[in-house]
Amino acid sequence: MSRPRITAGGRLVAGVPLTWLFLLFAVPFIIVLKISFSEVRLAMPPYAPLLESHGGHTGVQVHLANYSFLFTDPLYIRSYLYSLKVAAVSTFLCLLIGYPMAYAIARASSTVRSVLLMLIVLPFWTSFLLRVYAWIGLLKNNGVINNVLLYLGVIHEPLTMLQTDFAVYIGIVYSYLPFMILPLYANLEKHDVTLLEAAADLGASPFTAFRRITLPQSLPGIAAGCLLVFIPAVGEYVIPSLLGRTDQLMIGRVLSDEFFENRDWPVASAVAILMLLLLVVPIMLFQRLERREVGAHK
Amino acid sequence: MKSSGLFSRAGLVLGLVFLYVPILSMVVFSFNNSRLVTVWDAAHSPTLKWYAELFSNAQILGAAGLSIEIAAISACGAVILGTLAGVSLARLGPFRGRTLLAGMTAAPLVMPEVITGLSLLLLFVALEQAIGWPRGRGMLTITLAHITFSMAYVTVVVQSRLAGFDESLEEAAMDLGARPAKVFFRITLPLIVPALVSGWLLAFTLSWDDLVISQFVAGPGSSTLPMVIFSKVRLGVSPDVNALATIMVLIVSTGITASAVWMRYQNRRRERDRQIAAAANL
Repeated sequence: MSRPRITAGGRLVAGVPLTWLFLLFAVPFIIVLKISFSEVRLAMPPYAPLLESHGGHTGVQVHLANYSFLFTDPLYIRSYLYSLKVAAVSTFLCLLIGYPMAYAIARASSTVRSVLLMLIVLPFWTSFLLRVYAWIGLLKNNGVINNVLLYLGVIHEPLTMLQTDFAVYIGIVYSYLPFMILPLYANLEKHDVTLLEAAADLGASPFTAFRRITLPQSLPGIAAGCLLVFIPAVGEYVIPSLLGRTDQLMIGRVLSDEFFENRDWPVASAVAILMLLLLVVPIMLFQRLERREVGAHK
Repeated sequence: MKSSGLFSRAGLVLGLVFLYVPILSMVVFSFNNSRLVTVWDAAHSPTLKWYAELFSNAQILGAAGLSIEIAAISACGAVILGTLAGVSLARLGPFRGRTLLAGMTAAPLVMPEVITGLSLLLLFVALEQAIGWPRGRGMLTITLAHITFSMAYVTVVVQSRLAGFDESLEEAAMDLGARPAKVFFRITLPLIVPALVSGWLLAFTLSWDDLVISQFVAGPGSSTLPMVIFSKVRLGVSPDVNALATIMVLIVSTGITASAVWMRYQNRRRERDRQIAAAANL
């Protein structure tokens, strides 16, 4: 804009982080892709090199078996679908709970607003792992929730809540709720309240005004919040490991088991590549939103 | 208007209850005498015995020390790299590689941790094979991994702080003949100090909190605190973990409250300065 040419200093400023991210973010994906096409070996590292020389002539061996394996064993496809389902349901629940919260914060007076925002962000600063762990104590068969419900006489036998889909939804919604609320709040806060007043003056019910004015305007916030929850939730590992079912694993857990338990690095890499392919569209949508959002401040 | 406000306010209260009940339950049960974490032993509680047990657990203390060290170093690295990236994106205008840089700083924000962890480990293994560095895996590889994913967050914080200021100050300094480096250190850097502080704290927390990526890139003998906690709670609930959680909650809430008070003080002072300046101009 003001400075069309980029100085040597500027090149250095941009070059350092660019090089770092290229080496530690982009190159690793190429390696994952490469290893996903190689054969598992009982060695360290446990995979065969793609470039191998057999008696004089060098050939590239592309091994597609890892991928065909993922499609023949129903375990993998089921885990992918299950992860997508869990992430989608959790994202929807996050939106359902987060939207009214963000709305109420955006409409609060400025002093109350900063306190409320602090209350939303504070759990995020305390250990994620410990907050998930806290739910074990709450959801267990002899846990706090069951004890309270038994004491109140609402139920007569403890409910099984731990190691169910329900527990995973709770865990994900609980952990990711701030990521839904903050972009929604940032959007809702900018709305012009006089539009709603005008709608009310013209006889619109509060619900109609919300549906016709607030909701459409907040779509970018909804999209940003949903992507921030959905994308990492698909690959979630800790929450399903601590709270989730043992008979149906999420794909993040499958990847980690392939890697740590089976020591099959090529299959783990193929799982990662397929997960990335699933997420590439949402990630690009997120990047576009993010660029627009930061650019909009100018 | 009235009813919708009531509805959203009720939702807010319920949501906050949902966010805080689990944390409070850990705090309460950290003082419980019973080993059964969920049964309150009224006769012998409150007790501090889990705190005593926690502070005599050499494994947890050692892991906490390692985690603090990694978090501090990687936060410094992330702030340096994230500031460079944020300044480039906000101030250098359109340059070659800008889209790539923007993409590579936004993607780690949402990238599933298992993928980041796996890909970094494979990189370190390949590097060791090719050039013999880094030798083995441990604190160094964890720190490098943490810098990489947390610099993205610092970039966002710095970039949005810079986007909030227009470039007129920097341009004025340039017009007066200041060199770009001097403009950066005398004008830009002081403007973004609050962003650097919050970026550092954010990076520290992300590193301190990270389990999945550390698990991939750690070696034998380099277990961070989350790794130790995870292997402990996978076997079942244990009351000393509640004590640990309580300590962390205490530190974080004190820190956040203090920073909120400090920021309010700063804002008020800035407001006052502005008023004085406005009065002087009259």
